[in-house]
Amino acid sequence: MPTLSSYLILAALLFSIGVIGIFLNRKNVIILLMAIELMLLAVNINLVAFSYYLGNLAGQVFVFFILTVAAAEAAIGLAILVVYFRNRHSINVDDIDELRG
Amino acid sequence: MLNITSILFYAFSIVLLGAATMVVIARNPVYATLYLVLTFFSAAAIFLLLGAEFLGLILILVYVGAVMVLFLFVVMMLDINLARLKEGFLSYLPLGLAIAALGVLELAMVYWTAPLGHIPAPVPFPGNYDNTRALGYLLYTQYLYPFEIAAAILLVAIIAAIALTLRRRSGTKSQRTEEQLRVRAKDRVHLVDLRANKH
Repeated sequence: MPTLSSYLILAALLFSIGVIGIFLNRKNVIILLMAIELMLLAVNINLVAFSYYLGNLAGQVFVFFILTVAAAEAAIGLAILVVYFRNRHSINVDDIDELRG
Repeated sequence: MLNITSILFYAFSIVLLGAATMVVIARNPVYATLYLVLTFFSAAAIFLLLGAEFLGLILILVYVGAVMVLFLFVVMMLDINLARLKEGFLSYLPLGLAIAALGVLELAMVYWTAPLGHIPAPVPFPGNYDNTRALGYLLYTQYLYPFEIAAAILLVAIIAAIALTLRRRSGTKSQRTEEQLRVRAKDRVHLVDLRANKH
């Protein structure tokens, strides 16, 4: 039987893959957003695992809220990305350093 | 002892980690999005193994059905110069690997020393257990105010996304309701007296 530790280590590995993704794709905003989704998914796996092993549904309720906030974040992030691409014809993070008042 | 739960757990874990790795190293953002879909499917299976049926199905319906399709739309809509985005792709890989390994090591040390072994194995759910009903009961009683705030956050997200991407171009056709309501029949219909020609 997989124990609580197996689920937690799975989530830790998934989270670290998300961290590596942020380092690898630091120029591509779309993949950066996807790496953030991976890290949130790892947190969700942790919460669901604890909810199952402690017999407390509160963890699943929190996963519900994290999913809500993550969906909102993805929608707004992609909207900002589309607006940025319209203005600059690029999604390179290196180009986003010309903010003037 | 290798029972069916272990086999399923390890199979879905391997698929999950492999797909997640492909998300971050894929050359093409479209492939990355499709691998992310696979990742979410595997994670939904892991949720099902953990007795969270409602969240597993929500993950597929909302994440794969809505958020990933949004990602795909954006990836396909933007004409991205991939060569420029990939330059220096591997230059930060050692640093990233080191930090990720450090994070995993720290977490693993915590898991080994934490008294997780004292947590008893969960009791099997009774036959009439309904995860959706239990979660819904909790959401609408104890967590009612956070639930309403979550709804407000989604509303704000809708308004923000539309307000950001809405643009008014000159020359587009749109309805002007006030002019439509003010119009009279004589503004639209002109009766022309046409006499039939006789040859």
